[in-house]
Amino acid sequence: MSNAVSTAPRTATARTGAEHTEKRKAALAWLTVPALFFFVVFAVVPLAGVLILSFTSWDGIGAIGAAGLGNWFSVLADPGLYNALGLTFLIMIVSWLVQTPISLLLGVFTAGSQRYRAALAVLYFLPLLLSSAAVAIAFKALLDPNFGLATGLGLPFLAQDWLGVPHLALGLVIFVIAWQFVPFHTLIYQGGVRQIPKSLYEAAQIDGAGTMKQFFHITLPQLKYTIITSSTLMVVGSLTYFDLIFVLTGGGPGNSTRILALDMYLRGFRANLMGPASVIAVILVIIGLALALFLQRLGGKDKQGSQLEGL
Amino acid sequence: MKQPQTSRRSFLALAALTPFAVAATTACGTSGPGASSGSGGASMWYLSGEPNQTTMQKAADAFSSANPNDKITVTYFQNDAYKTKIKTAIGAGQAPTIIYGWGGGTLKTYAEANQVDDLTSWFEENPDLKKKFFPSSFGAATVNGKIYALPNQYVAPIVLFYNKELFEKAGVQPPKTWDDVMSLVKTFNDMGVAPFSLGGQSRWTSMMWLEYLLDRIGGAGVFKAIFEGKPNAWLDPAVIETGTKIQELVSAEGFIKGFSSITADSNADQALLFTGKAAMMLHGTWTYGGMKKNGQNFVQDGKLGFVQFPTVPGGKGDPKNGVGNPAQYMSISSKASDKEKESAKKFFKDGILTETVIDTYINSGSVPIVNGIEDKLNTSPDKDFLNFVYDMAKSAPNFQQSWDQALSPTAAEALLNNIDQLFLKSITPQQFAENMNATLGK
Repeated sequence: MSNAVSTAPRTATARTGAEHTEKRKAALAWLTVPALFFFVVFAVVPLAGVLILSFTSWDGIGAIGAAGLGNWFSVLADPGLYNALGLTFLIMIVSWLVQTPISLLLGVFTAGSQRYRAALAVLYFLPLLLSSAAVAIAFKALLDPNFGLATGLGLPFLAQDWLGVPHLALGLVIFVIAWQFVPFHTLIYQGGVRQIPKSLYEAAQIDGAGTMKQFFHITLPQLKYTIITSSTLMVVGSLTYFDLIFVLTGGGPGNSTRILALDMYLRGFRANLMGPASVIAVILVIIGLALALFLQRLGGKDKQGSQLEGL
Repeated sequence: MKQPQTSRRSFLALAALTPFAVAATTACGTSGPGASSGSGGASMWYLSGEPNQTTMQKAADAFSSANPNDKITVTYFQNDAYKTKIKTAIGAGQAPTIIYGWGGGTLKTYAEANQVDDLTSWFEENPDLKKKFFPSSFGAATVNGKIYALPNQYVAPIVLFYNKELFEKAGVQPPKTWDDVMSLVKTFNDMGVAPFSLGGQSRWTSMMWLEYLLDRIGGAGVFKAIFEGKPNAWLDPAVIETGTKIQELVSAEGFIKGFSSITADSNADQALLFTGKAAMMLHGTWTYGGMKKNGQNFVQDGKLGFVQFPTVPGGKGDPKNGVGNPAQYMSISSKASDKEKESAKKFFKDGILTETVIDTYINSGSVPIVNGIEDKLNTSPDKDFLNFVYDMAKSAPNFQQSWDQALSPTAAEALLNNIDQLFLKSITPQQFAENMNATLGK
């Protein structure tokens, strides 16, 4: 490198454009070193560690012993894994179905400029500021069948055993996740909507298109990449929902909300089974990567280009 | 052209090196409290929460000022956070000198991994110290015949609390047999009061019912066989009968509606008892202090009743048998330096369970695990309760440590999970026994 720089021709005219670009690229390559370093230390090394651990038997305290494929066979034969997988995908899909339309509509609404919308937007975005643990504790207290909101407000229909009946607990988890994350996705959609050029709507109005038509023919298509971004975050994020469910239900009642990430934690740190927990971690990584790649594919080949091209 | 380029490159080189420098300094910072060595003194991790935190801090301060060369440094953690943190620290070889715990299965994993010191010979050298404590408190400190921990703090058996006011209103007596339990369930349900309070989401709360039922039905030997990992120990008919009785009680609406969404951490289960929403509660004696503090004179006005768990007709267990926490425990990390170990042992001998500490525990409504405290108990305003607990702990032919502490962490987690499903009736007693049987030896 140092040679390349010091032997560089002194006359600028001798340089071709291509040569210059090559040199710039080489110099810029150094810029990736810190990022690569952190990536290797904090992503590649732990990932390799987890992969190795998945072939060992370890209680987290004593000596590590080799287990071969034993952990993989026992975890893959465990009905608990399929329960957790099923719940993870169920929560992922239902969460997407619930959150996407709400945050899309809220995003479109709050992208407008009237003053009352700004005030409303602040209210919508409030849950975003709270930590998951705080949200879970608050909901748990509010929904307490004996001392919660139902008793306080005298609303007997609210006095359900929300976190004690399997299907209610699952529904509630999905609701609280939506309550917490809809503001975040609303923010993404709001940004997306504000990027859409006004001229498109003006042209549509001249052609006599109504609000609905404008929404379906301009807003929605223009938001294609925003939808993909938001969906990727939602889908991949739902694989790692942990804190909220951990505090809210602890995976219960029974195993009705024990999703994959929670299953991994409980196996590893509660039951001292680091090997099987690592197997689950590897499965999570594989699913996460596959989903992220799939969603990026949905964006099509032109995903790097501007959506405003051709205007 | 040349000058700026070189300087940019040196800047880049610096930027690239920074992470190493950061990594190097962080590595120094994480050497942990266990690695501190030199002029004596010992580190200890302990639970936050009153009155224990203040009591321990006072004891450590008093000991440290009397022994300037053996200073005890205490760091406090919340209960659940501590359980994960200490496990990780021990696994990483960064444990404090003094490891606080509950004995039983977890202590066994530490001992078998050679992470804690064998204290048997030290106790032999200090016979007075060993004689100071309830003999029953050593059981959970012993692994394969060797003592790995110092018992301390207080004994906390599980008892049946009841609301005297509600019992007077209903004109009934606390249950003596399982048939009484079932008939009281009907009485209180007809009155519109929940028979039993239960913080079922915490799961170990439900476990207390199984511990007593199994003991009363099958005797102490059934769990002893399970603890020892005897083949098919969980398939004992007493286990299945226990499960059946529990599901009958759930079906008869014995527990408060919504019990599986109530947690014990929030003390909502205690609140249900002292607010009169539930008539009875099976719980550890550690809840007494909380009810006294939060129950608005419920305890002070004598409305809190307490009895032993009822008998089961035809059962083999001694009705005097108790379950619960025989004590709390402190071990010494095998990774600590010799000097640190010396300081810790000195603290064990002279600093913990001093007269002041014993008085503090008694004042907070607990029975310290120390012999010969009858006189002190009798001068306390809580003497009825304290004597009840003391007599129970002292005269129990068998005092079974809580199952989730007695079993290995792997089996304990499976147990809590299966208990949850048993109470939800999503598995049958037979399935419960079979699922648990698969964990034997794990």
